[in-house]
Amino acid sequence: MAEAKLINPYPKGLTEVEMRYCPGCTHGTAHRLVAEVLEELDIIDRTVAIATVGCSVYAYEYFNTDAVQAAHGRGPAVATGIKRVQPETVVFSYQGDGDLASIGMAEVVHAAARSENITIIFINNAVFGMTQGQMAPTTLLGQKTTTSPQGRTVEAAGYPIRICEMLATLPGASFLAREALTTPARIRSSKRSIRRAFETQLAGAGFALVELLSICPTWWRMDPLEAIRHVEEKMIDYYPLEVFRDRLAEEDEGGDTNA
Amino acid sequence: MREELFMAGLGGQGVNLAGQLIARAGMDIGLNVSWFPIYSPEVRGGYSTCTIVLTDGRVGSPTSEHPTSMILMDPTAVENFAAPLVRGGLMVVNSSLVPERPEGDFRVLMVPANDIAAEIGNERTVNMALIGAWAAGTGLMDVEDVAGSLRAMLPERHHRHMPDNENALKRGAEIGETARL
Amino acid sequence: MSQQRRKVFISGNEATAEGGIAGGCRHFFGYPITPQNKIPEYMAEELPKIGGVYLQAESEVAAINMVYGAASAGARVMTTSSSPGIALMQEGLSYCLGSELPCVLVNMVRGGPGLGNIGPAQSDYWLATRGCGHGDGRCITLTPYSVQELHDFTAGAFEIADRYRNPVMVLADAILASMMEPCELIPRRDLPAPDRPWAVGPHDPDQRERNIVNSLWVEFDVMEAVSQRLEERYRQAAEEITDWDEFGSDEPQVMICAYGISARICESAVMQANDELGIRTRLIRPKTVFPFPTEPIRSWAERVDAALVVELSMGQFVEDVRLAVEGRCPVDLLGRAGGNVPTVGDVVEKIREAALRAGVARV
Repeated sequence: MAEAKLINPYPKGLTEVEMRYCPGCTHGTAHRLVAEVLEELDIIDRTVAIATVGCSVYAYEYFNTDAVQAAHGRGPAVATGIKRVQPETVVFSYQGDGDLASIGMAEVVHAAARSENITIIFINNAVFGMTQGQMAPTTLLGQKTTTSPQGRTVEAAGYPIRICEMLATLPGASFLAREALTTPARIRSSKRSIRRAFETQLAGAGFALVELLSICPTWWRMDPLEAIRHVEEKMIDYYPLEVFRDRLAEEDEGGDTNA
Repeated sequence: MREELFMAGLGGQGVNLAGQLIARAGMDIGLNVSWFPIYSPEVRGGYSTCTIVLTDGRVGSPTSEHPTSMILMDPTAVENFAAPLVRGGLMVVNSSLVPERPEGDFRVLMVPANDIAAEIGNERTVNMALIGAWAAGTGLMDVEDVAGSLRAMLPERHHRHMPDNENALKRGAEIGETARL
Repeated sequence: MSQQRRKVFISGNEATAEGGIAGGCRHFFGYPITPQNKIPEYMAEELPKIGGVYLQAESEVAAINMVYGAASAGARVMTTSSSPGIALMQEGLSYCLGSELPCVLVNMVRGGPGLGNIGPAQSDYWLATRGCGHGDGRCITLTPYSVQELHDFTAGAFEIADRYRNPVMVLADAILASMMEPCELIPRRDLPAPDRPWAVGPHDPDQRERNIVNSLWVEFDVMEAVSQRLEERYRQAAEEITDWDEFGSDEPQVMICAYGISARICESAVMQANDELGIRTRLIRPKTVFPFPTEPIRSWAERVDAALVVELSMGQFVEDVRLAVEGRCPVDLLGRAGGNVPTVGDVVEKIREAALRAGVARV
């Protein structure tokens, strides 16, 4: 009888605490990708995770690293404080769209401007999940939420913010990519970008951010498959999937750094 | 002993630095001192004032209601700030800019500080002439002590101005001596 | 150590910054605001020379959260600001309290509310002793009254913060910030790294469990236990570090309570009242206002005929004095605001009035 081989073991970068996310939520996928990358790069014991405010507030229980829980939106500032004290520590901040693109916009922009040598995992599911489905800065036009019940309009709430494109105007941003946690191929691509974002930090190359288009079946009021289709058909249209900046690759090629 | 010195002048006349020098010189001769820049909302146009307390006891309040001496650098200073000077106090006035001698129940030293500085050939020594007159007029410190403190305060690159500064301090002190008679 | 101190003539801001360095601070995060800009400027100049880090944050909000991060990583860290900036830091400060992180803040208080002005004020007394963000936490609050004390208290604040795993605020004002006085500087030296087994950072997982810096306690009983632990620390701090100074008559008829710059003015007034008016007066000057020197104030209140509080606010500190006095004697208030400062004569007149009302002085 052939010996069974576990080809995809439970990642060492995660604890065994049961996650509190809703059924179908892609936070779990994002956590696992980050955890696998930490393990592959062998940096679990010198990484500090920053959990912010939102559905992922308990991230400090899930990542098998040292962790700090930050005030709403302040992950990049807290990461800066840690990194400036301990340059050898790998620091990443895990933030949702309310945390990063709304209340924490100043902190992420200035961390990028300083080219702070940190990594940010940015979960964009276009809605406030933890507070139960309100409009986010990334909510699409026409999208219904509990605070845009008729659908988001330009008149009432302006336009959704494209974080990667905005940060790409800053020379301090060294790695910027937008990925989607929808299909197996896109999830593999997401992992490549997450890995690159940590490699950028390990190389001391500066600020790295990966935006992950994610689903929120609960507050989108869709089943998970429908939610995935929504990302593929609507969100990617407004939020194109792209590596906007990869300074390490540019340096390898000796090319223009865009800076 | 307790001396409360009030100084006032236009921004750029170096009021604050001159006040710091006097306080520092006071510290160097073993007195307890404070220097406090006062906010003067009543006078517009970049006006500087400061109060220096020199005492062999507790400094206590670094502010002064009734200064025992004043150094007033321009007509606005005389007009706005002279009133609280104590009876019998010492008023050192820059007579190059304030031609009319203030009258009152106090001693006045008219020091042509800008003229002295011009004669020395160094415009930056205006304050030193006034400080020299004040030091001699109050008898609180010798101008040699003030010069020593100035040397300690100044960055090395400004030490080349020391002979001019010492000269202005002495010229001022000569005028100040007359107030002690 | 005292014989190694170098006497210099410097401003309160500079003495504060150098005090931070002497206290072991090598990480400073701040945002410019008058009247304390000389502190970040000093730190920007000096910290890089000694292997430290100065970083100008994008806001006070970011600054306090950088402090939070640096403290999480075990650093001796400080920030300084003035009233509106300290107000912006309240949430981050609450996180520091809740996560039990030692750090040092300096507030050079200016006039308010609102944008107010840049004149001296003591109107952040409640902000410091009652505020410090939301929730059941308090800031240990030190109140220096001279350039020397700004230096010494700031330096000492780091050890206090470490001892109680709690933020410490040095509460001063625009006059103390800008005035210059002689100051004997504590020599700079490399202090041993503080023992902080709870700090995050690289570690051997065989040597310790994961460290988590956190203030989220969903279960009520757990959260209450945190509050009780903090309260116990404050009780302990009250026993161990409550500090004050007294000056004046040993058999006073009038007690004056004032802290910081007001106490300086009151010192002069006490001398005048005793020497010139013949009203026996004693100044009780808190050097810590949280914990508050309740006992000495209460015990003098038993013996005096009247008490006078002098502060640069319409009446904040006076409430703590009244809580300490508990009706043992009448408590009068001389409060100025908006950048205005009472003169020595104003205080003396109030002493006379208080004494007259108490029947211990003739007109």
